[in-house]
Amino acid sequence: MAITEERPLALPSGGQVRPEPVLGVFRRPTTTTGWRSWLTTVDHKKIGIMYGAAALFFLIVGGIEALLIRIQLAAPNGTFLSADAYNQLFTMHGTTMIFLTVMPIGAAFANYLIPLQIGARDVAFPRINAFSFWSFLMGGIFLNTSWFLGGAPDGGWFNYAPNSGVIFSPTNGIDFWNLGLIIAGFASLAGAVNLITTVINMRAPGMSLMKMPIFTWMALVTQFLLLFAIPVLTVAQVLLAMDRLYDANFFNVEAGADPLLWQHLFWIFGHPEVYLMILPAFGIVSEILPVFSRKPIFGYPFIVFSGIAIGFMGFGVWAHHMFSAGIGPLSVAAFSLSTMFIAVPTGVKILNWTATMWGGKLRFDTPMLFAIGLVTMFTIGGLSGVTHAVAPADTQQTDTYYIVAHFHYVLFGGAFFGFMGGFYYWWPKVFGYRLSEAWGKFNFWTLLIGFNVTFGPMHILGLQGMSRRVYTYDSGYGFSFWNMVATIGAFIIALSVLSFVINVFYSKKKASSLPPVGPDPWDSRTIEWMVPSPTPEHNFDEVPTVTQLDEFWHRKYAEDDDGRVRRVATGEEVAQSGDGTGVHLPSPSYWPLVVTVSFPIIGYGLLYTLWLTLVGVIILLVGLYGWVIEPPDDIDQPHGPDDDHDDDEPTAAEASDQAGTDGAEDDTEEADDATSDEATESEEAPVG
Amino acid sequence: MADTTLTAPEAGYDPDHHMGEHATTTGISNNKLAMWVFLGSECMLFGGLISTYLLYKDRVPEGGITGRGENGVFDIPFTSISSFVLLMSSLTMVLALSAIQRADHRAFRTWVLTTALLGSTFIAGQVYEFTAFYREGLGFTTSIFSSAFYTLTGFHGVHVTVGIVMLLSLFVLSIRGRLASSRAEAVEIVGLYWHFVDIVWILIFTIVYLIP
Repeated sequence: MAITEERPLALPSGGQVRPEPVLGVFRRPTTTTGWRSWLTTVDHKKIGIMYGAAALFFLIVGGIEALLIRIQLAAPNGTFLSADAYNQLFTMHGTTMIFLTVMPIGAAFANYLIPLQIGARDVAFPRINAFSFWSFLMGGIFLNTSWFLGGAPDGGWFNYAPNSGVIFSPTNGIDFWNLGLIIAGFASLAGAVNLITTVINMRAPGMSLMKMPIFTWMALVTQFLLLFAIPVLTVAQVLLAMDRLYDANFFNVEAGADPLLWQHLFWIFGHPEVYLMILPAFGIVSEILPVFSRKPIFGYPFIVFSGIAIGFMGFGVWAHHMFSAGIGPLSVAAFSLSTMFIAVPTGVKILNWTATMWGGKLRFDTPMLFAIGLVTMFTIGGLSGVTHAVAPADTQQTDTYYIVAHFHYVLFGGAFFGFMGGFYYWWPKVFGYRLSEAWGKFNFWTLLIGFNVTFGPMHILGLQGMSRRVYTYDSGYGFSFWNMVATIGAFIIALSVLSFVINVFYSKKKASSLPPVGPDPWDSRTIEWMVPSPTPEHNFDEVPTVTQLDEFWHRKYAEDDDGRVRRVATGEEVAQSGDGTGVHLPSPSYWPLVVTVSFPIIGYGLLYTLWLTLVGVIILLVGLYGWVIEPPDDIDQPHGPDDDHDDDEPTAAEASDQAGTDGAEDDTEEADDATSDEATESEEAPVG
Repeated sequence: MADTTLTAPEAGYDPDHHMGEHATTTGISNNKLAMWVFLGSECMLFGGLISTYLLYKDRVPEGGITGRGENGVFDIPFTSISSFVLLMSSLTMVLALSAIQRADHRAFRTWVLTTALLGSTFIAGQVYEFTAFYREGLGFTTSIFSSAFYTLTGFHGVHVTVGIVMLLSLFVLSIRGRLASSRAEAVEIVGLYWHFVDIVWILIFTIVYLIP
């Protein structure tokens, strides 16, 4: 019954020309515009944008939490917050920034860019991709509702057991933390399986692994880190949840439990976590620097292999978080050594980036500024990191503001600067307009200054002996001045983030009076710039055959007879511009959203009343069943004129009606042709 | 899977096998690769649970739970038989796959149902075992040993149960004529999961029941 004729696909303008499905129990949604399309989309680009938007929302939430903390600490004997509120704020600040901001922004870039960079139409499992996003969002919302339901978690983002047990933390906060992050963990796990499969299996013809853009490489390593790290966190959280909710004894020291168990499990997850947050930013910088230096990346294989090395070694250094926990001299020595080794591949990267810029014709557009910001700030963070590898020094520095300074230089100065550079660099590709350079430069310089004013002094505070996680301090220790400075810096950072938001709206308004941005605004090197801006839903009209690294650049430039590199074509000439006729795309689906809605309901049920859990489980089962038996992409189904529908979703009544009749049709067909090869399931149950 | 196709579908194009008709970079289908990748992640999950159990296995109250040594409630012959039943289900799983590859649907249905029944027998054995242990005084909250034991074996039991649901789904699909031999890969993928769960049980059985 498969149809061989070619069909046009939905045009970016919103013209709806896709046929409707006629088989199955439930009509698949086909809307490609309007708010409903965002709820049902399976397009990796829309999902990437939603990841980014949600992450920026949580960035603002986490940023407000940080500002509250800084207000409290601005002067000695602060009374702005209670100790209890302070505990909740620093716990939620860390948790939000790590799990709901930095990781999802990495996922946003990975989702948007990986298929484009490898020349694929979409990820391997588009509906699982949608599931990942919704699962992350549900986890984040569930976690944040704890503020209104008796108090947020208050044990630090690491929630060391047994301090996080019921005795020391009697509110539901840490239960919200456990369950919310387990839900968000489903997102990471599903995303990792999906993206690894995509990269390994769906590269364009000719794109060997060593011709793959570096961002995709780093994202691939990141996904492997997620794949192996997230289950360990899940185990730790399940054990803690068992203790808290069902009186198990995993962290009950009176029953003989080992208090180090949590720390081991947590940091076997937690250290790779650090690298999986920073590696996407490394990938972004490795894309930006060559473009704005107008040179190929220096030592591509070294960048790639040092990324892989970081991935492997990331699992071997976890116990350097535990030097002061009494793990014994042999362990301390071993982990001290392995931690120093992991600085080597990181240093290799820094040298490669520097060498890339060396002798290049540098252009200091905003993306480049942020990329250079990452290189310098991360270097500072990396150097202070090496001092933690020295165990004797670490026992002095641990749990002081020196550590706070270190990991903010690494994760804020590293990951976040990289992401900002990525926003400015790929914004034209995603939204079809450039962000304003003037606002962009303001954004960069305020961020750089605010960041250094905030976190630079924390090195001094830490060496002076100021403890972290203590809600106030007395005057007379010499902490007051630098704390005030840091608080002022925090507000400069807030101003910078605000200027980014202003830039987005200002530039969008201004863009209407400017000429279209074109496919290749930066004279870039990788193939995602071969598609029009903003990227059409079908990505490539024709999947390009890749013959070398920086394929797009080589199509624009060639050596002449004298061996000089000359431009032979503009980006516009080499880029693709068709309407995607004949390209088949997966249809949107309700089911990923339905399935994920059940997670927070099950979570609330576990915390409050069991009947709610039953409701959640029923929704989950219905969702999974609907997912599995959903009719396949409608594109191959025959359709007559009377099957044409407008953009409206079927109402519930229509849907069930449809379900009934379609099911019946299905059955008769089956009877006619019981061994028919016609597969109306869209997927096998096991892998769904 | 709602995959994307790289080219317009040909006649005979099977929407369930989106990438099957088109070469993937590795030649392995997306579905199968994804299952392998997922199982890699599962290794870490069971790794964490087994490590926890190993850490806590000797930490039982003085004289053991029932005065018969630390894990004195275990009935090793009983568990050995139910382990044997589970391992046999891997054999029937292979026979089921081989049957559907030969397009012998009757044999496939027999073997896949047998596999599910053997798996269910194992689960029934586990339920019986848990009940018996509980009656002898080994509750979930009794000690850190019992918490670790029930969590580890319970997680494995849940995995087996999910596998049984998948097997029954294959059976129903086959009965309804939706599982042509060209889709034998679906069976193979469920088989991967099933064998993985069995292999994990060999580890758990050895570590929990056999190592003194």
